[in-house]
Amino acid sequence: MKLGANLVIGGALFALAIFVGLLAPWLAHTDPVMDANLLNAEEPPSWIWWFGTDAQGRDIYSRVVHGARISLTVGIVSQLVNSVIGVTLGLTAGYWGGWWDDFVNGLTNLMLAIPSLIFALAIMAVLGPGLTSLLIALGLTNWSFTCRIARASTLSLKSQGYVQAARVLGYGDFRIMITQLLPNMVGPIIVIGTLGMGGAILAEAALSFLGLGVRPPYPSWGSMLSEARDQITTAPWLSIFPGLAIFLTVLGLNLLGDGLRDILDPQSRSRRT
Amino acid sequence: MTGSPLLEVEDLRIDLNYRSSHVAAVEGVSFRIDRGETFGLVGESGCGKSITALALIGLLRQPLSIGAGAIRFDGREIQRLSAAEQRALRGNRIAMIFQEPMTALNPVSPVGRQIAEMFVLHQGKDWREANRLAVEALASVRVPAPERRVKDYPHQLSGGMRQRVMIAIALACGPDLLIADEPTTALDVTVQAEIIELMRNLCAERGTAILMISHDLGLVANVCRRVAVMYAGRIVEERGSDDIFRASAHPYTQGLVDSLPRLGSRAALGRTRLTEIAGVVPAITDFPDGCRFNPRCARATDICRTTEPETTWLDAGGLVRCHHHA
Ligand SMILES: Nc1ncnc2c1ncn2[C@@H]1O[C@H](COP(=O)(O)OP(=O)(O)O)[C@@H](O)[C@H]1O
Ligand code: SF4
Ligand SMILES: [Mg+2]
Repeated sequence: MKLGANLVIGGALFALAIFVGLLAPWLAHTDPVMDANLLNAEEPPSWIWWFGTDAQGRDIYSRVVHGARISLTVGIVSQLVNSVIGVTLGLTAGYWGGWWDDFVNGLTNLMLAIPSLIFALAIMAVLGPGLTSLLIALGLTNWSFTCRIARASTLSLKSQGYVQAARVLGYGDFRIMITQLLPNMVGPIIVIGTLGMGGAILAEAALSFLGLGVRPPYPSWGSMLSEARDQITTAPWLSIFPGLAIFLTVLGLNLLGDGLRDILDPQSRSRRT
Repeated sequence: MTGSPLLEVEDLRIDLNYRSSHVAAVEGVSFRIDRGETFGLVGESGCGKSITALALIGLLRQPLSIGAGAIRFDGREIQRLSAAEQRALRGNRIAMIFQEPMTALNPVSPVGRQIAEMFVLHQGKDWREANRLAVEALASVRVPAPERRVKDYPHQLSGGMRQRVMIAIALACGPDLLIADEPTTALDVTVQAEIIELMRNLCAERGTAILMISHDLGLVANVCRRVAVMYAGRIVEERGSDDIFRASAHPYTQGLVDSLPRLGSRAALGRTRLTEIAGVVPAITDFPDGCRFNPRCARATDICRTTEPETTWLDAGGLVRCHHHA
């Protein structure tokens, strides 16, 4: 199987982000929060301050490196929650049908009708800012695509011989869902999940930028952008580097998602041949 | 192990439900299978064999449902059992294999795991033990190098190998009854013979009864001691396998026999054409009045077009439903 360029480049960018996030304490030069020093405030990038410093003299490089942890945590955890919700609802709705299916469909359409960022904003407004609220808000609002894919996959897999055979062999509903249906839909679910992770990282940035996400002084890429707003002309490095980090990570996830789609999603494969 | 049969089907009717109305897709079907016995159900495609099999294991789904009659397995009426009790029977005491070995296995799960699942599900084994038993099960269906094959995915196996895996899964828990619905129709002729032989031998060794379903009378008569011939949702004749060739009583059965290629006499003549039964099985919604076979029957008379024939018990054993049976 030929690995596409999308897969390789996207995978490399995402792997880099994970690597940076995992090794942040060792990669960072200074403490991202505590090591403020007004004597070297707003230094431009140099050999000492790779990405420059902010108004309080904190090392932007160290803050971007630590920010990877928060952005990736938000992206991965919230998307995991979305995937679990979406798969659970979509799989059971497609499998059982009836009123439960109608209910799940209605809920999905409702979620699709409201832009998820607006929905997340509303939840954040109720829960207040902070990482936990962010995870809850983003984890509960972006499962509709996963749900649709899971439901559609279930409907088409349900008539497959091996699902019928499982019933004949005495499998119960849950065993059929876990062993026969779920493993046969992981491809598209992973693709949607990868793309969704990128979306969640962007949403974190947006919410933090609006002051609803991770609160300063803790560095998330979004909150760093938010703080850098006023100095965008005087000290552009304050926004360029966190912005670049967001851009590369999200680009990486999107490329990875597309690359995975090519090898994992049979529908797009048959569309091409 | 008294005189009670393993499976007893009594006056089974299967309804096809359209909104408020319903028509009988299968009607008045009765037969019994004793422990360790081999019983065949034969008929052209569409005559109701598969839905009868599904009814036996409690898996008819809308728009089909059991309209009347009783199915007793080991003395217990299947319809009276709870969903959980039915599940505990399926795959455990009543197993089934189908026509498509290509699609009946989960493509993303190694075959060993699919066999092992049966031991976990029905016998409460842990996975370690179940995996060990899966290797044994695969060996018992004569798959070479079973300890390596258990790790294979279905697409790595040939059609014949997959059907062996299906047999291993079906027989894993030592069922009392194996239902084989057109088990070899999708396979090459040479592979067919091997699979049938394997199935028959394994079931004979273990005392598993077989309900063999096929459109192929030759195949069924070869495997089974008794054969029931089904036409348009009814059993029209039930006989010992030998009798059915020597002295079939129902015109439809005779038609099936005549359409079989025969070794010896006729084959020697080479160019003798096989006689097909003219016409097709009527759709469920327009079964003709009287005998359902009458539009295709050379022996049909007026009474056949108005009155359904009753069951006649033959002196030689067996039964037939025909006004003018041989
Ligand atoms: N799910 C279903 N809905 C409607 N009709 C069905 C369904 N399943 C089977 N039938 C009809 O029931 C009849 C018997 O089908 P089946 O038992 O599959 O025949 P066989 O196995 O003898 O070829 C056929 O006419 C078929 O069209
Ligand atoms: S009852 Fe009449 S129509 Fe039916 S099989 Fe017998 S002879 Fe033919
Ligand atoms: Mg059939």
